[in-house]
Amino acid sequence: MTDKIRVSTATLCGCFGCHMSLLDIDERILELVQLVEFDRSPITDIKTVGDCDIGLIEGGVANAENVEVLRDFRKHCKVLVAVGACAVNGGIPAMRNTFELKECLEEAYIDGIGVANPQIPNDPEIPMLLNKVHPIHEVVKVDYFLPGCPPSADAIWTFLTELIEGRPVSFPYEQIHYD
Amino acid sequence: MSEIKTFRLDGVAIEFKDGDTIMDAALRAGAYIPHLCHNPEFTPHGSCRVCLVEVSGRRVSACTQPAATGLDVDNSSGAIVEERRNLLQMLFVEGNHVCPGCEKSGACQLQAVAYYTGMLSPHYTHFFPQRSVDASHPDTMIDFNRCILCELCVRASRDIDRKHVFSISGRGIGSHLTINSPGGKLGDSTFAATDKAARVCPVGAILPKHRGYEQPIGERLYDRLPVSIVGDVAAHESGDQGDEHD
Ligand code: SF4
Ligand code: SF4
Repeated sequence: MTDKIRVSTATLCGCFGCHMSLLDIDERILELVQLVEFDRSPITDIKTVGDCDIGLIEGGVANAENVEVLRDFRKHCKVLVAVGACAVNGGIPAMRNTFELKECLEEAYIDGIGVANPQIPNDPEIPMLLNKVHPIHEVVKVDYFLPGCPPSADAIWTFLTELIEGRPVSFPYEQIHYD
Repeated sequence: MSEIKTFRLDGVAIEFKDGDTIMDAALRAGAYIPHLCHNPEFTPHGSCRVCLVEVSGRRVSACTQPAATGLDVDNSSGAIVEERRNLLQMLFVEGNHVCPGCEKSGACQLQAVAYYTGMLSPHYTHFFPQRSVDASHPDTMIDFNRCILCELCVRASRDIDRKHVFSISGRGIGSHLTINSPGGKLGDSTFAATDKAARVCPVGAILPKHRGYEQPIGERLYDRLPVSIVGDVAAHESGDQGDEHD
């Protein structure tokens, strides 16, 4: 057994950019893995989330599976963090909220340029889309928010190190931006 | 000589002249009170409420409250900053502010004031209102999704351009910006890109066409220094928009 801090990460409706930014901490990742152990995460490829200290969520909530994963994270993580613009406010995917879901699907699968065999996918394996894309705090309680599209590696590093050391998290001015 | 009159802003003495508001005196003294709808070139409007301060136990907007001798003005206690942050969060969720996809990002006063007050999340439930974009004018576009109803364009067009191109219609949550033209579009109004009204919007609602994302990230207006030091967006708008960094 290890008494390392357990961290899980997931991407809901996002682009994996925030995970890329996490990897952008470069060699500091060696320092990080001295302190933490990754549970479910695209980095470990573990598929189910166990009891964790910190859950990092990238992406907003756009479909039924996102809701399930998010609720599962909330259940298993002591501290849940919205990482990046999409988790914080829906981000670019939430731009579809200005349109009806039907219009979006028709634009993509029926009327789109170069669409062959037009039909709206309805395989039962495909998670049902929600009418709107939501920030994660509209679905579960969120403990910390780290904005940015993506948050810079430095911002992620500041956040994780201060949180792990139990200090109140505060950022230098240039590290907080909404884009 | 008449004697110097002062009030205290966060305990610091600020001189003022007869007729000054708290904001006027603070601006002259170089003391920052966060604001969005205030621009010293125009009659105060007091609508965004971001400049709220506490005076003798009452919340007032600094841009409309007359300065008076001996006032003790709280501009930065935790409670004031938190209320301000809540007001900003409401401005964000009432519109559609997708900063990663906005040409104004990095040089937007709404963003900058939100950074200044430590806003990390929108906190409230988003309205996701259905609003349009007006791209009918050859030189200028309006994205109503980002309008915060500060009425600076209304005041500039009315008081300086003498054109009355803009007004606010509706009440409460139904309030919205309208264009005074036969078709309700900017393209068939008397608006011109050289108007003062083209250079006062604190956010990315009124934008010049044919340009965008000109400043690299890291070199935009508020990338390195906060709004308290950099000042208002409008103060950095030259006659030809965007030239200030050339
Ligand atoms: S107007 Fe400002 S706050 Fe709104 S989307 Fe653009 S940059 Fe963001
Ligand atoms: S368009 Fe800009 S200047 Fe005009 S009311 Fe809206 S936010 Fe203010």
